[in-house]
Amino acid sequence: MNKNEEIAIQLNGVKKRYKLGQIGGGTLQGDLQSWWARLRGKEDPNTKIEQGQRLVGKTFMALNGVDLTIYKGEAIGIIGGNGAGKSTMLKLLSRVTAPTEGSIEIYGRIASMLEVGTGFNGEMTGRENVYMNGAILGMTKAEIDAKMDKIIEFSEVGDFIDTPVKRYSSGMYVKLAFSVAAHLDSEIMIMDEVLAVGDMAFQQKCLNKMSDAATKEGKTVLYVSHNMNTIRQLCTRCVVLEKGKVIFEGDVEEAISIYLGGCSNVKKIYNCRDIAREAICDGLIHINSIELLDVENSVIYDNQRLKINVNYDALEEFSNLAFRIIVFSSQAVPIGMAASDAVIKTYKGENQVTLSFDFSQLAAGNYNGRVVFYEVNQYGGEVIHDVVHQAFYFVKEKRDSTNDTTFVWKVRAWGNISFPDVEVLS
Amino acid sequence: MDNEIKEKYHIHISSKRKWFELNLKEVWQYRDLIVLFTKRNFVLTYKQTILGPAWIFLNPFISSIIYTIVFGGIAGMSTEGVPKILFYLCSNAIWLYFSTIITKNAATFTQNANVFGKVYFPRLTIPVSNVLSAMVQFLVQMSMVLVFLVYYVIKGEVTPNWWAFLLIPGILVHLGVMGLGFGIIISSLTTKYRDLAILVTFGVQLWMYATPIVYPLTQIENGFLKTVIMINPVTAPVEAFRFAVLGQGSIHMGFIVLSCIITISVALLGIMIFNRVEKNFMDTV
Repeated sequence: MNKNEEIAIQLNGVKKRYKLGQIGGGTLQGDLQSWWARLRGKEDPNTKIEQGQRLVGKTFMALNGVDLTIYKGEAIGIIGGNGAGKSTMLKLLSRVTAPTEGSIEIYGRIASMLEVGTGFNGEMTGRENVYMNGAILGMTKAEIDAKMDKIIEFSEVGDFIDTPVKRYSSGMYVKLAFSVAAHLDSEIMIMDEVLAVGDMAFQQKCLNKMSDAATKEGKTVLYVSHNMNTIRQLCTRCVVLEKGKVIFEGDVEEAISIYLGGCSNVKKIYNCRDIAREAICDGLIHINSIELLDVENSVIYDNQRLKINVNYDALEEFSNLAFRIIVFSSQAVPIGMAASDAVIKTYKGENQVTLSFDFSQLAAGNYNGRVVFYEVNQYGGEVIHDVVHQAFYFVKEKRDSTNDTTFVWKVRAWGNISFPDVEVLS
Repeated sequence: MDNEIKEKYHIHISSKRKWFELNLKEVWQYRDLIVLFTKRNFVLTYKQTILGPAWIFLNPFISSIIYTIVFGGIAGMSTEGVPKILFYLCSNAIWLYFSTIITKNAATFTQNANVFGKVYFPRLTIPVSNVLSAMVQFLVQMSMVLVFLVYYVIKGEVTPNWWAFLLIPGILVHLGVMGLGFGIIISSLTTKYRDLAILVTFGVQLWMYATPIVYPLTQIENGFLKTVIMINPVTAPVEAFRFAVLGQGSIHMGFIVLSCIITISVALLGIMIFNRVEKNFMDTV
């Protein structure tokens, strides 16, 4: 993308502050005090906020200084954990609420869908709601009239269009709502996980419609989702938000792996001591570190076994400890599990165990392991002693037997398992 | 994107707020939305009712009968020779117009929080559509008043000042703007202090008694009470309205001017507060 192209959206040092706790109904005196201070351009005596800190006193910075430029025709994915500030950013862009500091420039009309069916009223028919929804989103009646047939066709609700939407299934509701938004004459589309409800076929249709909008119609699309597959499919560029700041912007794959704790941090020794544990762990065992043996850059090839050294502390002696690893793809999808027999001898204090896994059937790609120490009690139940998520990362690579170096494993189409070669019998 | 479009739809959002920003142009762009909101106000009120739109007539008709019985019959209040039912129907129509605007607009933010929180459109479209639907409701009720009026005119019991009917549109706009102003001030403040929402129903009722609705102004003796009633900005337009329709009451130029001044200041103040609240109300509502 040519960076000299036209700017669609520009955010300059945007901050958004929220008050914590109950708002309003507080003291009228406090409000008057704050108001008087604001009026004279002085600092509000009831909110003290220091630069750069996110949580100070009774306020919270949902966005803490965001600078971002989005160009025309881009399909931008915005990813980040819950509370990273994604929705706040979209709210600011769709002018639902105003920033506390900073400024935003928007060039073009915005169609925002922070939620499907905004303004839909159950009592009104589908058609009436299309008019209502369209008008709320900024269309005139003439424009909606002109597009009515297309909207109905795209939404697949067909004959139900003159039925009150309270009788619709949730899927139909979403389809109709999305159709209205998708047919707006806008230059910028903002979408916040609106596709979650429709069926697969419709989701695909929506994604295609949106990427068409970006590539063919030159619209700018902003898309927020936790579904990395749709991000990957739709977006040309990705922004990762964390704690109200942009921590990465650029290539989609890179952004996704950063968001998912990614592979950029391959190491030889992984320190697990300070990773927070879940409540299901009884804490009798605590993994300190995991070392990958006999590998360079955490890469294993073909049938090479992955060997690791696990260093852990035990509060008791165990004779029948078992170990299990769950392998996750970088898209956070569990791929498979391997367990040891319950034979790991453990003394009170610091222990070390060396384990070896056969990952020969794993396809080429980036993976991470969740490791578990557990015990099977006399009733056959499991006692979980320690679990570490994303305990270590590794890369599987396949050397092609025919030496064809261009051979690439198509993860999206083929999955993560590479079964042994097919035998041709006759 | 053509530069033309780019400039046309350029939006600048910043933390700085202007004290006064009317943006009527934007409201005009969304005029279709106003029409739809207005329609919706009617459609939704009478969905799943048997009598449907007949309620527009029934509502004021029943309360007028009650007023006739309670104030005219039991309390024996004079209506200055105007047939009682006509007097109350007429007063009711104009008061219902004003009070509907206030109560509806007072709920602007709280009732539409859902929509406001998801999408931007000029928030002023909602209050404006509320005024329009109240106006339609008033016109429908006026048709009922006219039926009674014609009957009593033929009977020779009332002599309206027909020429003053020309003032009615002005009176409607005046009361509409005033109700809008008061309504949006209340709704802006209710985003933070919910107490006001409760106060509104009660306050509007009280206001009605401070306005010559169930009694003619001439019934009040000069004194403190009369001064309060005269300063009440609704009094002058209501009197002017009845002067036209019933030929009773009078037009006090001085108080009409006072009422206009109050209306304009309330409307300006209302829009000012509304503008400030609409930007950030989602964070507090």
